[in-house]
Amino acid sequence: MSVPPHRVHDQVRLPGEQLQTLIEALRLLGYRVMGPKVAEGAIVYDELTSAAELPVGWTDEQKGGSYRLVKRNDGAAFGYALGPHSWKKYLHPAVHRLWKAKREGNGFEISEETPEVPKLAFLGVRACELHAIAIQDKVLTQGVFRDPIYSSRRENVFIVAVNCSQPGGTCFCESMGTGPQATFGFDLALTEINVNGRHDFLVEAGTDRGTEMLQKIPHEGATEKEKKTVAEIAAQAAQHMGRQLNTHEIKELFYRSLEHPRWDEVAERCLNCANCTMVCPTCFCTTVEDVTDLAGTEAERWRKWDSCFTADFSYIHGGSVRASRKSRYRQWLTHKLATWIDQFGSSGCVGCGRCITWCPVAIDLTEEVLAIRQAGSTDSAALPTKEEQ
Amino acid sequence: MAQKRKPKLAVWKFASCDGCQLSLLDCEDELLAVVGAIEIANFPEASRAVINGPYDVSLVEGSITTPHDAERIHKVRRASKFLVTIGACATAGGIQALRNFTEVQRYVPIVYASPQYIQTLNKSTPIADHVFVDFQLRGCPINKHQLVEVLSAHLNGRKPNTPTYGVCIECKRRGTVCIMAAQGAICLGPVTQAGCGAICPSFSRGCYGCFGPKETPNTDALSRWWSDHGVKDRDIMRTYRGFNAYAEAFRRESEAHEK
Ligand code: SF4
Ligand code: SF4
Ligand code: SF4
Ligand code: SF4
Repeated sequence: MSVPPHRVHDQVRLPGEQLQTLIEALRLLGYRVMGPKVAEGAIVYDELTSAAELPVGWTDEQKGGSYRLVKRNDGAAFGYALGPHSWKKYLHPAVHRLWKAKREGNGFEISEETPEVPKLAFLGVRACELHAIAIQDKVLTQGVFRDPIYSSRRENVFIVAVNCSQPGGTCFCESMGTGPQATFGFDLALTEINVNGRHDFLVEAGTDRGTEMLQKIPHEGATEKEKKTVAEIAAQAAQHMGRQLNTHEIKELFYRSLEHPRWDEVAERCLNCANCTMVCPTCFCTTVEDVTDLAGTEAERWRKWDSCFTADFSYIHGGSVRASRKSRYRQWLTHKLATWIDQFGSSGCVGCGRCITWCPVAIDLTEEVLAIRQAGSTDSAALPTKEEQ
Repeated sequence: MAQKRKPKLAVWKFASCDGCQLSLLDCEDELLAVVGAIEIANFPEASRAVINGPYDVSLVEGSITTPHDAERIHKVRRASKFLVTIGACATAGGIQALRNFTEVQRYVPIVYASPQYIQTLNKSTPIADHVFVDFQLRGCPINKHQLVEVLSAHLNGRKPNTPTYGVCIECKRRGTVCIMAAQGAICLGPVTQAGCGAICPSFSRGCYGCFGPKETPNTDALSRWWSDHGVKDRDIMRTYRGFNAYAEAFRRESEAHEK
């Protein structure tokens, strides 16, 4: 992405135990701190009240359709790759009531939902996730329609990024230009360093409020050597990506591959279960459902995460436009990697690998792209119209 | 709305465990509203008072397993304006449809001391195989919120929100960690219709398929994945042979693994 790096403050060194001070300082300012925690056999995002809840000494092994928690032999707090949750669960809630209505005489009266907007701090945001948030910002706040739910939640968020030192087996942010180092979009960015078994953090502030926050926490100056380790860790992580994806002329590739035989092949394996869209940190689609009470005097409208893998998603009078499994998988991948570029000016994929790990049958978009690239895609360059996108 | 005559509701039982009917009684908070909106005209589980038909809405629980019931369901249909089948028995034949994969007469003498008194059909079949059904509400048991939703949608003249997509969507919306990916568990969620709110995965158990096959279920691909990961044909067959064993997609898939 083309967002310029924004650095307000040079790297300083935060002793490991001061992470607790950071959490407390955020809580004192009224933030609920959300961060990584071990639960249900994975590292998920949940509310943290103390640094003791961080997944210290845990990491994960990930491959297509498989995630396993494993012990580390050091005390790293952020030595894991991404889990099944993404920050969109806080910014773009999965289920949300939009309004209620009451029957009044011959008409009805709508009472708008005025939910309390939580003031959240995210701890442990990875570079790819900063990009994913920036993409959802674009989609949900910068278009013709501004999503009030997302916008109000997003405005409040304090972001503490943590640079990746150990990418997961399904990660490919390096290919997508979205990581592994956090370069923008954070208030504070941490790099965990292990010096003789001591886990400290190098910290830089990306905003004035990040700088203010840093002033509340005891820290030391970082040596020149330490400052260099940030780039070294990033360079080392970049070499350990579990996957790669060649993005060269990818839009054109997809636009001329609408009838590629690979779509039939992947449709044989795809369950149309929608897990890939649900875990994807940039997928934003929702549906609305109306409910009424039995007496017919009250009604509510709810918004829920939806997916292009359901039949209803493309239902118009007469049936579903995308009736086949093939057309749904093609829609998902073509939207993520190609039509998104025309629609929003960037790829819809940040290379986080979640859709690979959490696909129950290990369908891997990097393999699909490779297959589409290799076997000649012979379609005449039939570009989809705006409607088809 | 309020001035109109209250619609009459009847609840009918065929071969079943009563669990689905009880979902109606289980609607503690909603029950007063149900009674306020509907006249419960025939519901033996709740009251012995019976009001004669015709009925505006009939909820039919259970499958057809006897010659007598195969007759009775036609009477129920004739007495009902809007007939809703509730539960896996009524919509797919239920767990008792396991008999459909064998010869029921082989079992009758084992189970009953005087088999000559037993009159039973060789197959347990869903209600829709016998009469026209206006709406099918899946589940073993049905979800009480969905039941209230179907009734309230019908009373208010709108389409009920009972999605036909898979359990995985509900599983992800609630933030449950997928037990297929994180534990290698066998889960029918990717091919099963939503409706329960993904209860089992949230307790670290694979989905049992209580709501039957979802829209466009790719059971073949799911089974292939399990096969490739060492699950034996016999176990794959048994996974599909649950409460919805006789539902088309599950039946075909289990038969494909029967050796
Ligand atoms: S498409 Fe897959 S790899 Fe790309 S951002 Fe979405 S979940 Fe991550
Ligand atoms: S891939 Fe599908 S679910 Fe995701 S944003 Fe695109 S249309 Fe929506
Ligand atoms: S690609 Fe995988 S996760 Fe996505 S719908 Fe298909 S089977 Fe489900
Ligand atoms: S646990 Fe089962 S229902 Fe939940 S996402 Fe995984 S496969 Fe789907």
